Amino acid sequence: MSTEPLLKVDGLTKYYGSRLGCADVSFELWPGEVLAIVGESGSGKTTLLNSLSATLEPTSGQTLYQMRDGQWRNIYELSEAERRFLVRTDWGFVHQNPADGLRMTVSAGANVGERLMAVGDRHYGHIRETALDWLGRVEIAADRIDDQPRSFSGGMRQRLQIARNLVTGPRLVFMDEPTGGLDVSVQARLLDLLRGLVGELGLAAIVVTHDLAVARLLSHRMMVMKDGHVIEAGLTDRVLDDPREPYTQLLVSSILQV
Amino acid sequence: MVTALSVRNLAKTFTMHLRDGVILPVVDNVDFEVNAGECVVLGGPSGAGKSSILKMVYGNYGVDAGSIVIQHHGAPVDLATADPRTVLTLRRDSIGYVSQFLRTVPRVSALDVVAEPLVIRGVDKSEAQGRARELLARLNLPERLWSLPPATFSGGEQQRVNIARGFITDHPVLLLDEPTASLDATNRAVVVAMIAEKKQAGVALLGIFHDEDVRSQVADRIVDVTVFAPRIAA
Repeated sequence: MSTEPLLKVDGLTKYYGSRLGCADVSFELWPGEVLAIVGESGSGKTTLLNSLSATLEPTSGQTLYQMRDGQWRNIYELSEAERRFLVRTDWGFVHQNPADGLRMTVSAGANVGERLMAVGDRHYGHIRETALDWLGRVEIAADRIDDQPRSFSGGMRQRLQIARNLVTGPRLVFMDEPTGGLDVSVQARLLDLLRGLVGELGLAAIVVTHDLAVARLLSHRMMVMKDGHVIEAGLTDRVLDDPREPYTQLLVSSILQV
Repeated sequence: MVTALSVRNLAKTFTMHLRDGVILPVVDNVDFEVNAGECVVLGGPSGAGKSSILKMVYGNYGVDAGSIVIQHHGAPVDLATADPRTVLTLRRDSIGYVSQFLRTVPRVSALDVVAEPLVIRGVDKSEAQGRARELLARLNLPERLWSLPPATFSGGEQQRVNIARGFITDHPVLLLDEPTASLDATNRAVVVAMIAEKKQAGVALLGIFHDEDVRSQVADRIVDVTVFAPRIAA
């Protein structure tokens, strides 16, 4: 197991004008670790995720990331070119709506291949072969490689988005409600796929979800957010089986049993 | 004799915020130890806190006071105050748990459910599956079920998958929460034999067994949980 974290977050706070997004969030994330951020709509989960991934600039606090060369960098002080390179190669971002993370009018193969070209791959045969391999890993039939994601179902689009993100071998993947909006049988397939890939590739991931079952299945650790604050954090099964805070108890007791 | 697990002055209460903050004391001053090679059974009626103690020892429940010291890679670690990463390494390498009910994952076969604890520890997948096959065969789980996800299995079938998963590693501490509750006599006898082998191998076992016959066969000592009943404050 690695002896150093990948990400160190310290006092991260984001205000939209006078309105609070998230307040004073601090944690460390280690390689291979999956962290779930749970809470209801408006609790600050997505603000936090967007701040962590440098999509938003926080009002105060810092996020240190250990680059591939071992250097620690505050991600808000990277140049635009450095940030873009990180986002295209070492990081992945899986959006809730696949249309936000895919190019809907280019082929599935090109969607995957584009990220490879961003890391300098120029060999058409190799790019296509790698794209085919990744489509297979996310269970998309090889004969769909030249089709546009517009013609794909919601579940297929989401799997394509995952392939596009993972093809460059990122070390950290951000996911915003990756199974939201999918029907349950499609969700189960996607979750199983994600769980397998995360374990196999040793990825670190930060997953925002309001679905506690998703958190239980995918994450090692979780943070519960309410009104912009992290109110409870710990090992996923500890938080879910022995919730301490009133709001966490409410969340856990609100799960419908099948 | 080596003390593999030492529980000292453990206390646990639940605060039910959704019930006007009602406080439910569960146990207080829990104090016992388990040595390598012995099976200690938690005794007492339902509701005495036996399962809660097991869950605290596995890190599933937080504790309010006390310590849970486990030998981990040759050094003592207090699980009661350990951070989540440490608890995960303890579970990977030092402490196993056969829960009462299997939590199934869609699409993952029984064989892979059983093999997973070895795979997590870096054992080659086909080797881990080989070990899983041996255990499932020994527990008489029909071979046609091995490639199926256990969600649709009967209670006894799920329990055998769970037992195989818990016994596949060589963790020095193993927790057993009623592992024989839904098993027939033949399979109960298999589990009793497997427990005896773990003891021989120097594993420290801590378990709950309601079946008196099984309990008398496996227990070296019984810890009466009712003595840890909290004194109810007015």
